[in-house]
Amino acid sequence: MTEGWLYIQTEVYPALLKGFWVSLQLIAPSALLGLAIGIMVGVLRIYGNRPVMAAANTFVAIFRGIPLVVQLFIWYFGLPHIGIYLSPFFASVLGFSLCSGAYHSEYIRGALLSIKRGQMLAAQSLGFSKIRMIFSIILPQAIRRALPGCGNEIIYLIKYSSLAYMITCIELTGQGKILASNSFKYTEVFLMIGACYLVMTSVASIILGRVEDRLRIPGFEHRRT
Amino acid sequence: MTAPILRIENISKRYGKKDVLKGASLDVKKGDLKILIGPSGAGKSTLLQCINFLVKPDEGRIWLDEQEVHYANKRDLYAYRQKVGMIFQDFNLFDHLTALENVRIGMVRVKGMGKAEAGERAVLELERVGLKEHMQKYPAQLSGGQKQRVSIARALAMDPRVMLLDEPTSALDPELIGEVHAVIRDLGNNGMTMIMATHQIGFASSLASEILFMEDGRILERGTPDKIFNHAENARTQEFCSKITELYGERG
Ligand SMILES: Nc1ncnc2c1ncn2[C@@H]1O[C@H](COP(=O)(O)OP(=O)(O)OP(=O)(O)O)[C@@H](O)[C@H]1O
Ligand SMILES: [Mg+2]
Repeated sequence: MTEGWLYIQTEVYPALLKGFWVSLQLIAPSALLGLAIGIMVGVLRIYGNRPVMAAANTFVAIFRGIPLVVQLFIWYFGLPHIGIYLSPFFASVLGFSLCSGAYHSEYIRGALLSIKRGQMLAAQSLGFSKIRMIFSIILPQAIRRALPGCGNEIIYLIKYSSLAYMITCIELTGQGKILASNSFKYTEVFLMIGACYLVMTSVASIILGRVEDRLRIPGFEHRRT
Repeated sequence: MTAPILRIENISKRYGKKDVLKGASLDVKKGDLKILIGPSGAGKSTLLQCINFLVKPDEGRIWLDEQEVHYANKRDLYAYRQKVGMIFQDFNLFDHLTALENVRIGMVRVKGMGKAEAGERAVLELERVGLKEHMQKYPAQLSGGQKQRVSIARALAMDPRVMLLDEPTSALDPELIGEVHAVIRDLGNNGMTMIMATHQIGFASSLASEILFMEDGRILERGTPDKIFNHAENARTQEFCSKITELYGERG
């Protein structure tokens, strides 16, 4: 018992803390970048001219259609063949942001399509240019509508951030793997890791709920899932 | 004779094989209230939307204050649209903004006014349409009549030279029509120049400087309310007017 406790205190705790910290560093920028990419690509898919629209759709087809692990392998092991060397951390953030952006853009696109055309006519009749109209009238509404979906995607991101260890970015899962294979205490270690992810996703969904409440406006309510 | 504020010449619009507008022309002088009437599908909405280029006409020219509008030039187009207010049948308020913000946003984002100054003006405009106490409400919290009055305030805040109104009361319950009519009447009395499509001929005949009867993409007949409603020359005009009088009650 005390031996086990000692093991946790001296080995598991510091390693997991370190891994947890790396995970957060992967997730936070990927979530923000992913959302930004998603909004941009979503807008281009609806309001871009034909070639831009086609390019945006291709982007989504690729980054949503190829397994994320494969994408990470390409960024980390593939790019060096053309002389581009990314750190494991950077390759992970890049892979997560692009993949997450592709999914976000789906939610944004759906939300953009749900905004009534009449409001665009009204904006144009006031003298709004297309870009101003998109940013001051359409997006503020579309983002509110897309929020539940985008929140879901961020929760997914927290979980698939564990794939970073496949390209040697040792985050939470990676630390766990090392610990477990040294001590053979797979069950204990991975139960703890599971709990860590559960804490992260729970905190994230609380934050997302708060954001939804903050942005709530009469006429934009939606049911909590 | 004074020059017209708005001059519309020979506007045509085709959708596929269908000629929706077949050369509509119209001169509007300061303070005029032109009323467009005509059966569904006549092209009233299309004409109004062509006037501020929400629909791009295939042919025709438009002058505002004797300056021809070159709508292909985006800068000219946006400047022109600020001077031509548009009121829609289904209000088209911005759902994420309060009444006050709806009225303010055009001044801030399009005209580049400061928020405080624009806010003061927005309050004035809302007061003018009788909605000062509702200015913090969102569209979802307003009645149809209130929404339409907000949309009128929103258009007025841009200091338009001309207002286009496309059946502003058609989507309203009968008991709410009066409050919107009162606002429009007030605008007319204050000298606003307007072109309005409506089926409310009682209201139209009491205010209009001219009635234009449209059918099948053409302005078939035009004249004073008395002429159009009581002494129309064209048989189609007579027929439509008697039908619509039956539907929408006595004119007054
Ligand atoms: N975007 C469009 N594409 C194709 N046809 C259209 C389009 N908009 C309007 N039309 C057609 O143009 C004709 C005129 O329509 P418009 O809406 O201008 O009529 P209206 O006089 O305003 O009728 P209402 O009294 O019903 O509002 C109709 O036959 C309509 O079907
Ligand atoms: Mg119409």
